[in-house]
Amino acid sequence: MKSFKGRVIAGGNFKGEAVVSRQGLNTLATFQKSALTRSKEVIGSDQNNPDVFGKKLTGKVLCLPQTIGSTTGGLVIQTVCSLKANPAAFLFSEHIDSLAASGIVLAKVWENSDVIAIDLLGQEFLDTVKTGDTVEIKEDGTVTIL
Amino acid sequence: MSTAETRAGEYKMELTQEQLDILEGKKGETMAKVIKTVVMFGEIFGAKRLVPITHNSGHLVTSFGIGILAPLYRTMDELINAGIKVKGDFTVDPRPLDYKNVKCTMLEKLLFNKILYSKQEQYESQLKKVGLKDEDGFTCTCYLPEVGNTPKEGDILAWAESSAVVYANSVLGARCNRNSGMLDLFSSIVGYVPEFGLLTDEGRKASWKVYVNTTKKPEAQVLGSAIGMKVMEDVPYVYGLDKFLGTELNDENKSYLKDFGAATASNGAVGLYHIDNLTPEAKRCGEELIKPDAKEYIIDDAELERIKNSYPIMWKDPNKKADKCFIGCPHLTLQQLKDWTDKIEKGLKETGRKKVALTTVFTAAPGVVKEFQKSEHYPRLMAAGAKLSSICPLMYTNNPLTKKYNIATNSNKLRTYSAARFYEDDEMLAIIVGKEGH
Repeated sequence: MKSFKGRVIAGGNFKGEAVVSRQGLNTLATFQKSALTRSKEVIGSDQNNPDVFGKKLTGKVLCLPQTIGSTTGGLVIQTVCSLKANPAAFLFSEHIDSLAASGIVLAKVWENSDVIAIDLLGQEFLDTVKTGDTVEIKEDGTVTIL
Repeated sequence: MSTAETRAGEYKMELTQEQLDILEGKKGETMAKVIKTVVMFGEIFGAKRLVPITHNSGHLVTSFGIGILAPLYRTMDELINAGIKVKGDFTVDPRPLDYKNVKCTMLEKLLFNKILYSKQEQYESQLKKVGLKDEDGFTCTCYLPEVGNTPKEGDILAWAESSAVVYANSVLGARCNRNSGMLDLFSSIVGYVPEFGLLTDEGRKASWKVYVNTTKKPEAQVLGSAIGMKVMEDVPYVYGLDKFLGTELNDENKSYLKDFGAATASNGAVGLYHIDNLTPEAKRCGEELIKPDAKEYIIDDAELERIKNSYPIMWKDPNKKADKCFIGCPHLTLQQLKDWTDKIEKGLKETGRKKVALTTVFTAAPGVVKEFQKSEHYPRLMAAGAKLSSICPLMYTNNPLTKKYNIATNSNKLRTYSAARFYEDDEMLAIIVGKEGH
């Protein structure tokens, strides 16, 4: 059991299964296939990211350094949140990037989403957490890998 | 000035009285949500204030009426019903469809019209109501002179579209963060953007020194890809390119940097690069732009080959030849269209063919297409059997039905977001003109 403390962007309490992207997560490439096919569950569709390709992301704890790619990223996150098909939490090891930040703010202000986002968890967090781990998130930004 | 903390109680950012009033709903509930989104976004990055946008035209990334984007249409309706428009006007990314120039089967049309882009007409109508510049405003290369949305050095922008942002910052010397869709619109409505990141002198400093040690001029799309994958969202300062490009920002170099930048932004998250002795800030400030602890990345021929070989081939049948190719992601410049015409004509003479060997679609901004149509190159390109469109190749290829085609492209951005296979320009030309073995 190991705990990490990050900065709360959008707080909440949650316990769930981790899906880990070791590289920058391309939001459009990752979410687009499920969005285009109106799937109720998001399956990672970025061919260039083997960590999340083909993995279910809905309701999971998505652990990543940052997001990358197209500037549609924020709108994509807002949309999956409005469909309630989003990962339950985004845990960033680095400072949240501008596209993911936009998506989280849009989801909170315009969709009343309960999505959780914590950043600045550090490289050690990303080095420690593995896909399939159970992760507990607290309102104050404490993240524990159980 | 007073702080929002004293009035609104929840913001640390220093806001003007007018901004505070809007936040508190004095210009309506919708406008309060718009500015709240902009302020909350800025606070995540420690912005201390909002600064005015100084260029009159915005640029939005979302041009496609994909049915699933319900929050987008709902928000647009809310803005329109509240009588809210942007200050000035805006251009927007290219349309996803062009049946006249990019033929589709009946099934594809059905899928596009009824399912995938079922909201296109409604969304374009919404765009017009909130400030779309004009019918020709659909392109990712809004900054080209034929389009006319060209900021000047030092201008503050709230653009989205990663390839346009990186071009505006790097080649034009404007100041713009990598804004997301919706934040581009909201900031243009408010007329202000949060001051952080690439809007500040410190944020424009390079944390990577990249040395280009190749034996020949590197392919822009592969070099950009290599740098994007390495530096991610950091700012690179690139040495050695001036050896191949020279020190003048002429049309040829601007086209090169357009394609290079798009690859850095889509294969990574680069919003600004400096090219030693070439881009405006590098020319003016030189190595003062480099942070003391900058990391180093050396690129030689082998590294570019390694990067190119790392691209996965997503064709259903990789042994089959390409069925279609798209050239122009980002949209081509006028000079690029003319150059491709010359190269194809010459290549067809060499192979003894009259027409291109596969469906070949060139894409450019409506304004660029109109200028090209006036040139003597236009009938020559059409005579070679190529198509010319202002479509977004990414939006066209990005659907389940196109998976059955083997689509080729020289765009690293298109490769990243679709199943299209990447070829360098020379390889692409050989395929188009039907050279043996391609």
